[in-house]
Amino acid sequence: MLWIKNGIVIDPKNGIDGEKMDIFVKDGKIVEESEVNKNECQVIDANNKLVLAGGVDMHAHIAGSKINTGRTMRPEEMRIVRQTAGKLRASMGRVLLTSPAIGYEYAKIGYTTAVEAASPPIGSPHTHEELDAIPVVDKAALPVFGNWHPVFKFTAEKDREKLKAFIAWALERTKGFGVKVVNPGGVEAWMYGGNVRSLDDEVPNFGVTPREIITELVKANEELNLPHSVHLHCNNLGVPGNYQTTIETMKLVSGMKNDDRQVLHVTHVQFNAYAGSSWRDVASGAEEIAKVVNSMDNVTIDMGQPIFGHATAMTGDAPFQFTLHKLTGARWSNKDSEIEGGAGIVPIVYLPKNPVHALQWAIGLELGLLVDSDKVVLSTDYPNGGPYTEYPYIMAMLMSKRMREKELERVSPYVQKATSLAAIDVEKTLYEVVQMTRSLPARVLGLENKGHLGVGADADIAIYNINPAEVDPSAQYDVINAEFRRPVYTIKGGEVVVRDGAIVAETWGRTYWVDARKKVDMQAIDEDLNSFFEYYSVERRNYGVDDYWMRSPERLEVN
Amino acid sequence: MAYAICTFCGNVCDDVEFDVNTQKGKKLCALGLAKFREKERIKSPMVDGKEVSYEEAIEKAVEILVSAKKPLLYGWASTVNEAIRYGVLLTEKVRGVYDQCASVCHAPGTLAVIEEGIPGGSLGAVKNRADMVIFWGSNPLEAHPRHPTRYSVMAKGFLIKNRKDRKVVVVDVRKTKSASMADKFIQIRPGYDYAIISALRALAKGEDIEADEVGGVPKEELAELAEEMKSAKYGVIFYGLGVTQSRGRDRNVENAVKLIQLLNRYTRWIIWPMRGHYNVVGAGEVPAWEVGYQYGIDFSRGYPRFSPAEFSAVEMLLRRDCDAMLVVSSDPAAHFPRKAVEHMKKIPVIQIDPFPNMTTLLSNVVIPSAVAGIEAEGNVYRMDGIVLRVKKLVDSQYWSDEKILHEMLKIVEEKLEG
Ligand code: SF4
Ligand SMILES: [Zn+2]
Repeated sequence: MLWIKNGIVIDPKNGIDGEKMDIFVKDGKIVEESEVNKNECQVIDANNKLVLAGGVDMHAHIAGSKINTGRTMRPEEMRIVRQTAGKLRASMGRVLLTSPAIGYEYAKIGYTTAVEAASPPIGSPHTHEELDAIPVVDKAALPVFGNWHPVFKFTAEKDREKLKAFIAWALERTKGFGVKVVNPGGVEAWMYGGNVRSLDDEVPNFGVTPREIITELVKANEELNLPHSVHLHCNNLGVPGNYQTTIETMKLVSGMKNDDRQVLHVTHVQFNAYAGSSWRDVASGAEEIAKVVNSMDNVTIDMGQPIFGHATAMTGDAPFQFTLHKLTGARWSNKDSEIEGGAGIVPIVYLPKNPVHALQWAIGLELGLLVDSDKVVLSTDYPNGGPYTEYPYIMAMLMSKRMREKELERVSPYVQKATSLAAIDVEKTLYEVVQMTRSLPARVLGLENKGHLGVGADADIAIYNINPAEVDPSAQYDVINAEFRRPVYTIKGGEVVVRDGAIVAETWGRTYWVDARKKVDMQAIDEDLNSFFEYYSVERRNYGVDDYWMRSPERLEVN
Repeated sequence: MAYAICTFCGNVCDDVEFDVNTQKGKKLCALGLAKFREKERIKSPMVDGKEVSYEEAIEKAVEILVSAKKPLLYGWASTVNEAIRYGVLLTEKVRGVYDQCASVCHAPGTLAVIEEGIPGGSLGAVKNRADMVIFWGSNPLEAHPRHPTRYSVMAKGFLIKNRKDRKVVVVDVRKTKSASMADKFIQIRPGYDYAIISALRALAKGEDIEADEVGGVPKEELAELAEEMKSAKYGVIFYGLGVTQSRGRDRNVENAVKLIQLLNRYTRWIIWPMRGHYNVVGAGEVPAWEVGYQYGIDFSRGYPRFSPAEFSAVEMLLRRDCDAMLVVSSDPAAHFPRKAVEHMKKIPVIQIDPFPNMTTLLSNVVIPSAVAGIEAEGNVYRMDGIVLRVKKLVDSQYWSDEKILHEMLKIVEEKLEG
């Protein structure tokens, strides 16, 4: 039992903005004062300190074949020693981290939940092995659907019932959390050396288009009433002019509604927010995208903010990864995966003086600033845009025009010409930044017990040495940037795991997965599944993950 | 008959069946069947030749590892990921060196990944799409007998309706058994892989080469091969030890990867190694996520360092740089150079293995284990990185590798912290 005393609480979901209050914890949950025996409580003095729910990273690549191939390909990434082995594990890595380091580093910035945003379905046992090796945080994985042959087939046949049954089957088999879509149709085209360029390009051999794939998956997802919406990496990623495709894609869900959350989450939008027609005249399309997102009540996005320095591009967007390899000449790994799609990995480094990199950096910030704080989640698309350990930097930048002005001095002047960043006066409040890192990502994911501090919430709590009554984030951005990197406490499931910025205990979180089988007729696709497995190199009976293999699975049943 | 998953070679065939009572199998090749059939086992845990309990053997093993200055923990290619994970954690705890079988076979391929990456695909991608398959320095019919039928030659898939839809080429220094199933066999002179790949790169780019032949292959033949590669819709090179263990080693693979990078500018190509043991891939993947590297990892400073030339098992032994050794599911005494084995004879050796082998003879502590895939379950990586969970078909008196190593880790932790 914990008694967190006199903290200054910001809890957007419950409308609390800087109130001094006590919080009580029992059995890993936040409870009413009357539920605890105060004499038995461990008291945590939070006087003049900021008390928040633990951060929620709804989009990062933290487990599975992509990041692990990245580690193998980039031993130079592994040479940073964050912690030597002792009572706790050795913790290694610059931007790419080992599994123990991933959990520790999240906790060290006050984050307590993280979602692997793209798991190749047949690779799900590997994804879960690595998730199981990440300490502290709660986790989930999103299997990738947008280039899976059964999805093409049921979309072409306009058989929504079968598509729904297939999604339910796949989520159960992969122990997945929701429907991720990466460059729908484009990765299948890559199997023939191509890509798709518009929402209406046909996928070779299947006669379906990205427009149809996205629309059908969103409708199926909504009819299944999954906790999370479709989570989309748009077509044309990394292509100048692509902001139009992004806007067109968002509009596909106009008129669709869900009372609890968005019906479409468009991810790492920075990479899909370029105006212009080539790399020579590329510019920001962030303003146009922000207008559209703000005008719709059913679309959310995350930033995909690049951080200057090293990063590793790793996505299920295999054709994009090859283009990047050709562009930079860097190492390239590729993995075509059965009938499910593919993936690629390419090292990158974002340089402030490089016009394109500076532009990308500015676009990420523009999106964070111009989109309403209940519609844009803070992310770097780790490790694509850089390390999540730099979230405090992004938080500080969003809150301080002065900090941005200072940073603008060191980046390529191309940014002045091609973006409006310098002219943006918006300074997000602490409350808004808490929304973007806690309540909003939890709502986007549909995790009711995350991202807030109301009674019944998981006792995932971060306490920072920031007194909102005294600190002016606009002027004292250094304080914001520094203090969000060293929580006084990070509490996970009611246990103190970080004290004064250092890991003090290793705990193990849960892995959420979604079971929607009750909503569908699984029998209806039985024969179809048998024929799909003709094209697999494994037997149907050996495909997927059983929950007893996992360290701590938590099934969320959809009714 | 019970459904099984074969735990012999890197194919990890998951369509097989086996009956432990009658000792009969279905779909298993001769190598797989031999693996599944009962054979001589290590009867009991032993310390210095004396039969002891599991607990006593583990206690003794822990004592050796904890009191060693630099223990070498080696093997891992023929056990499950869960056991490997405990092995990595154990190595970190005792500040030893982790190395695995790849360091004596496919490690040059890993070095090539560091240089250039690996443009690859799953075996299912090959089965569905590959209309051109090149086996380069690999001999599937003898080393991975069911590879051609299941994945690469006769396998039918999405775009490949029959054998005729696929062109199969074998490149090797001698006419292997596999050459007989190929549409084309190209015999090369030993040690000329690099030069031939360079020639193919030039020819594919449309450049001329100033030689009538390279590595024993006439220029016309190479030009024809380059042309065929460019006009394939989806091609794959499966390379084997003939490439990694001949002159040039990792440079050969690196050069081949560059050829693949080039070919992807015209059409689609992938490349993949033909990994040998059923879970040699896991022996690299597990440490990669736990500590950042695949093999040759030293923890003596309390954090992992990767240096193949220093920390691979043979190098360690030749330099007499380790003062104890744990061998898991491997037989270095039979396969390592004589001088390396000599050092093994001088230091305390612990063996965990279901079967007796040469290493048993020089081991101070011998801990017999259950056979993964028959008596114990767990996750393994097929050669293409696809995870399968091998099954337990029958109960056994033997402890699994996972259990043995977990116990060892627990006791080491107690000793170091207590
Ligand atoms: S090919 Fe390999 S995995 Fe398949 S049955 Fe034979 S030995 Fe076993
Ligand atoms: Zn991503």
